[in-house]
Amino acid sequence: MAEIRNYTLNFGPQHPAAHGVLRLILEIDGEVIERADPHIGLLHRGTEKLVESKPYNQSIGYMDRLDYVSMMCNEHAYVMAIETMLELKVPERAKYIRVMFDEITRILNHLMWLGTHGLDVGAMSIFLYAFREREKLIDCYEAVSGSRMHATYYRPGGVYRDLPEKMPQYLKSDFRTEKELAVMNENRQGSLLDFIADFVKEFPKSIKQYHDLLTDNRIWKQRLVNIGIVSANRAKQLGFTGPMLRGSGVAWDLRKNQPYSVYDQLEFDIPIGVTGDSYDRYLVRMEEMSQSNHIIEQCVDWLRQNPGPVMSDDHKVAPPSRVEMKDDMESLIHHFKLFTEGYCLPAGEVYCAIEHPKGEFGIYLISDGANKPYRVKIRAPGFAHLAAMDEMAKGHMLSDVVTIIGTQDIVFGEIDR
Amino acid sequence: MKDLKQQLIEEFGENNLVEAFGELTLRVDSDDIIKTCIKLRDFFSFDMLIDLCGVDYLTYGQSDWDADASASGFSRAREAQGVEDRHEQRFAVVYHLLSVSKNYRLRVKSYVDEAEPIIKSVTAIWASADWYEREAFDLMGILFENHTDLRRILTDYGFVGHPLRKDFPMIGEVEMRYDEDLGRVVYEPVSIEPNVNVPRVIRK
Repeated sequence: MAEIRNYTLNFGPQHPAAHGVLRLILEIDGEVIERADPHIGLLHRGTEKLVESKPYNQSIGYMDRLDYVSMMCNEHAYVMAIETMLELKVPERAKYIRVMFDEITRILNHLMWLGTHGLDVGAMSIFLYAFREREKLIDCYEAVSGSRMHATYYRPGGVYRDLPEKMPQYLKSDFRTEKELAVMNENRQGSLLDFIADFVKEFPKSIKQYHDLLTDNRIWKQRLVNIGIVSANRAKQLGFTGPMLRGSGVAWDLRKNQPYSVYDQLEFDIPIGVTGDSYDRYLVRMEEMSQSNHIIEQCVDWLRQNPGPVMSDDHKVAPPSRVEMKDDMESLIHHFKLFTEGYCLPAGEVYCAIEHPKGEFGIYLISDGANKPYRVKIRAPGFAHLAAMDEMAKGHMLSDVVTIIGTQDIVFGEIDR
Repeated sequence: MKDLKQQLIEEFGENNLVEAFGELTLRVDSDDIIKTCIKLRDFFSFDMLIDLCGVDYLTYGQSDWDADASASGFSRAREAQGVEDRHEQRFAVVYHLLSVSKNYRLRVKSYVDEAEPIIKSVTAIWASADWYEREAFDLMGILFENHTDLRRILTDYGFVGHPLRKDFPMIGEVEMRYDEDLGRVVYEPVSIEPNVNVPRVIRK
């Protein structure tokens, strides 16, 4: 009889289903996975080392580039760590803006995940529908920060500027008629808040479309149900957080359990799964989008009624306005010091975590009293999730590995750092 | 959190517990790490290891002004007064624990020597420690005893050195390019100069 041996298969790093640059060494027996060994670090940029060499404010931009599909959430953890150490008060309006954009980011992330996860397991059309809505939210990013992705919008002490009074509109072009242009600009006549309010009203219809496309889809269920089951205890052992933990039936959400910013004043629910398989995690994330939509709605209402400052007036940390600088010596000095040297944090250490769309995103900041951090450790949720790849994939078929990569919602910016 | 603090003081003594910025830090002798972690998991129900990382305290509390200031220059900067976290041992391993059932957090800190940066692995207590320990080994050069698979994780295959150590230069040691004549990739010493735009200053 012929000798039967296991195959070793190299998966990635250049593979459309590898979500970036994942290299997997798979040991397979026929089509069954015996061992999966992820090789990561192909996107390692040394963020933690770079951050050590720059004043605090100059590193906010690096945070965007960690998990590059949920940019503002990363910034939030970083600025919160600095604010905690400085014991800096953030204006209420800035907090609401942050929470609103955190939730916009959550929808952005989940839409990206939905589209690519669908694409991974063969549902092509969902990608187009998901990106249709994603485009509108990316426009909100652009309207508020000038950048579609890497916003650098959150600053220690608040946010960079208040929400714009006018939503940018599409311009005339040879490729569209007046009539088409009018339709495209229909929901862009008012302020950014009007645009978001319009989105919030329309989005439940889109979610229904996604459900129609996937939730009862026979192929979708065949690919997802009972794939990558993780029990609640095991999920905790493996350091799972976010939808990965909730999918296993653990009701744990930092927004509820350890509320930060203004989450304790908002009303929302935490969806949890039952079996802990990929399908449950799909349902959890879908419901999270509805809940985020609800949170955004509440934030829009609050922000409409409560104008006010969006940045702390402590000019040791936040720059003074240009107008003040024209005739106030002190403001000029503050501005000069802030942009040449930055500000110093008291010596000590702090760990600040937020409920990132993927799980718990934490910043462990050590300061020795200097104008640059002494050490920053970025706790990326995806790192712990990918570490469990071997355990989740064992015993499944080769094609299920792709489902598991999809369900883990992996982005290499944050894993490799 | 008050209860937790009280219980921890009873168990580990007051001197080992620090509270700052609303967070608790427990200092543990590196020989006792396994014993302590099992106790924390089983009696204090810290069911999750959220994060594990290494810290290098080599240049803690030093600013650029002290390093290369001449007698006349840089007089604006003042010395830091009394740095509290200065420690004789160079490295620290920091564990961030979370209790989902009791809803509290704890930071556990253990110092290890430069000559022998070895600490026992906690992979048997929390499975999530596996990759975190590999990362701490890769970037900081801390060894974890009894870890079954202590390979490099984030740096390149065949990488030399531990990049997050404070004596590892920011620009790295080598650079890589494709050599046309040899027909392969070659490594050479870095050709760029290190550049500090904003000096590191410590002010009170």
